Amino acid sequence: MSDFSRQADRAITEDIVSIPLDFPHPRLWRLFFGMSLALLGCFFVSAAVLFVDGVGVWGINIPVNWGLAIANYVWFLGIGHAGTLISALLLIAGGHWRNSLNRFAEAMTLCAVACAGLYPILHLGRPWLFYWMAPYPNTMDLWPQFKSPLAWDFFAVLTYLIVSLLFWYIGIVPDLAALRDRAKSRGRQVVYGLLALGWRGSGRHWARWQQAYRLTAAIAVPLVVSVHSEISLLFAAGPVPGWNSTVFPPYFVLGAAFSGFAVVLMIAIAIRHPLGLDRLVTDRHLDRLALFLLATGLMTAYGYLAEVFDALYSGEGPDIDTLRDRLTGTYAYSYWAAVIFNFLPLQMLWFARLRRKPLLLFLVALSVTVGMWFERFMLLTTALYRDRLVSSWGEYSPSHWEWALFLGMLGVFLTPYLLFVRYLPVISAFEVKEAYRKTGRLEDA
Amino acid sequence: MREPEAHLQPFGLIAEFDDGERLVEAVRKARAAGFSRLDSYSPYPLEGMPEALGFHDRRLALLTLAGGIFGAAFGYGMQVFAIGDFPIDIGGRPLFAWQSFLMVSFELAVLFAVLAAVFGMLVLNRLPRLHHPVFDVPGFERVNVDRFFLIIFGDDASFEPAFVRGFLESLAPRAVHTVGKAEEPE
Repeated sequence: MSDFSRQADRAITEDIVSIPLDFPHPRLWRLFFGMSLALLGCFFVSAAVLFVDGVGVWGINIPVNWGLAIANYVWFLGIGHAGTLISALLLIAGGHWRNSLNRFAEAMTLCAVACAGLYPILHLGRPWLFYWMAPYPNTMDLWPQFKSPLAWDFFAVLTYLIVSLLFWYIGIVPDLAALRDRAKSRGRQVVYGLLALGWRGSGRHWARWQQAYRLTAAIAVPLVVSVHSEISLLFAAGPVPGWNSTVFPPYFVLGAAFSGFAVVLMIAIAIRHPLGLDRLVTDRHLDRLALFLLATGLMTAYGYLAEVFDALYSGEGPDIDTLRDRLTGTYAYSYWAAVIFNFLPLQMLWFARLRRKPLLLFLVALSVTVGMWFERFMLLTTALYRDRLVSSWGEYSPSHWEWALFLGMLGVFLTPYLLFVRYLPVISAFEVKEAYRKTGRLEDA
Repeated sequence: MREPEAHLQPFGLIAEFDDGERLVEAVRKARAAGFSRLDSYSPYPLEGMPEALGFHDRRLALLTLAGGIFGAAFGYGMQVFAIGDFPIDIGGRPLFAWQSFLMVSFELAVLFAVLAAVFGMLVLNRLPRLHHPVFDVPGFERVNVDRFFLIIFGDDASFEPAFVRGFLESLAPRAVHTVGKAEEPE
């Protein structure tokens, strides 16, 4: 038995749990947190302007009435899906290497879903009446229109938010107990103690915890597929040329996983070195994430081809017109930007040597994130700006308040995420230990 | 198995190990020696521990299934009721289009199944329970790091302090401690 092997349990806890208790780079963190608070301020300002002046401050109008808000909604939600997929799918499939990634990937999911959930509400026109989307007995004697994908979406996003939160929370409880037991200050002992629910690692508790955790994971995988399929039905269930296609649900789900893996990869690369987690988030983990990125990317590329084929094969004039608009119209730049950012740098990931270069991986992932944003933007505008009749043709350019809200939304994402990095264990210490005991290697943990 | 009341004196005897496999072995031996009121504490779930403890509780799976069925039925029922209560004619399409209600029913099935799984787990585990007699055991603060414990509760039929201590010592633990009753709030 090597020295590390004998001390592994302790060393792993030390690596992870000491981060919130004795943060390695408090000044760097404050700098980033300050910036994200500034972005958050930008969110509140642009939301306040929107509340006071109405959606007229945005560039949307008939016919392009879904602009940045809905594009970003789809984009954020898609990013969120990777956290659940890594965490739940690989748990069921027995991919032990997920244990070094699942915690911060799921936290990413939570922040992304919160951003995604805000967008349609802000887009409502009268955002303060958002609760009208919920079915509740009311004096107007009205119910939501349950045959509409818009009503389905409300349930999908709400369910997804609650399920991700619970899955993440029961996964973090044992590590909160470790924090509680090691915290020195009274305040932290109380806060971590309350959050840990009095967890003490009882054998019976673990047995039930495993049942609950695996059941939730098994349910979460089809949930992810259903949620993004429903998002795609917002488009595909309508008669708009360029949207009305059965390709959309799988195309959206794969694109979601693709963009999400890119963001997980970026976060892994960004946090592992400053937080001293190189031993736990190894090059092998990055390599596997990169392979996932490549695989989902190629599937998304297939979706692009299928979409083109779908339009051509249909023989429908308006569908072919929309296709031509996508390739050569006013917003062709967004189509080609999506194709280039998504799929060109991605091809580097075929080479094992290049998959071991963190900086390169980071840039590829960033490119995918940008590319997927262009895809969401392209899908909306290219289909809406020219409908069948010339009377419903019109241009769209996002106003500066839409961009300001987008910037602010990055603050809504980053602020809770930075708090998570600062005050909670970013990696699941007990699951890494468990996997290490099973496989004997940290690279697989 | 329900744990004894926190004011039981002594609450039990606890042995400390530094290896998970040895803890599973110790639990097996304790059950073979006739102890039935016992539990283990470990930093992570141990392979073989549920079997060693004789844990056969499948209620959580059934609860989750029940939650899912309830969610689906509730979701579908709610939508069918809503179209009856306020019929909306859209382009003359059928009022009761059963396929269009499946998505919300599915989402609510998932929601209630997961709520049942998570809260069922907490309730069956009697959590949250912020204080527990074992927290007073010296060294127990490392249970979430790298220490493994076996407790034999004071209400076991064959609980006799000297005998239990002798048995636990025979398992070659790092230490054996008496767990007192929980401190009362002053």
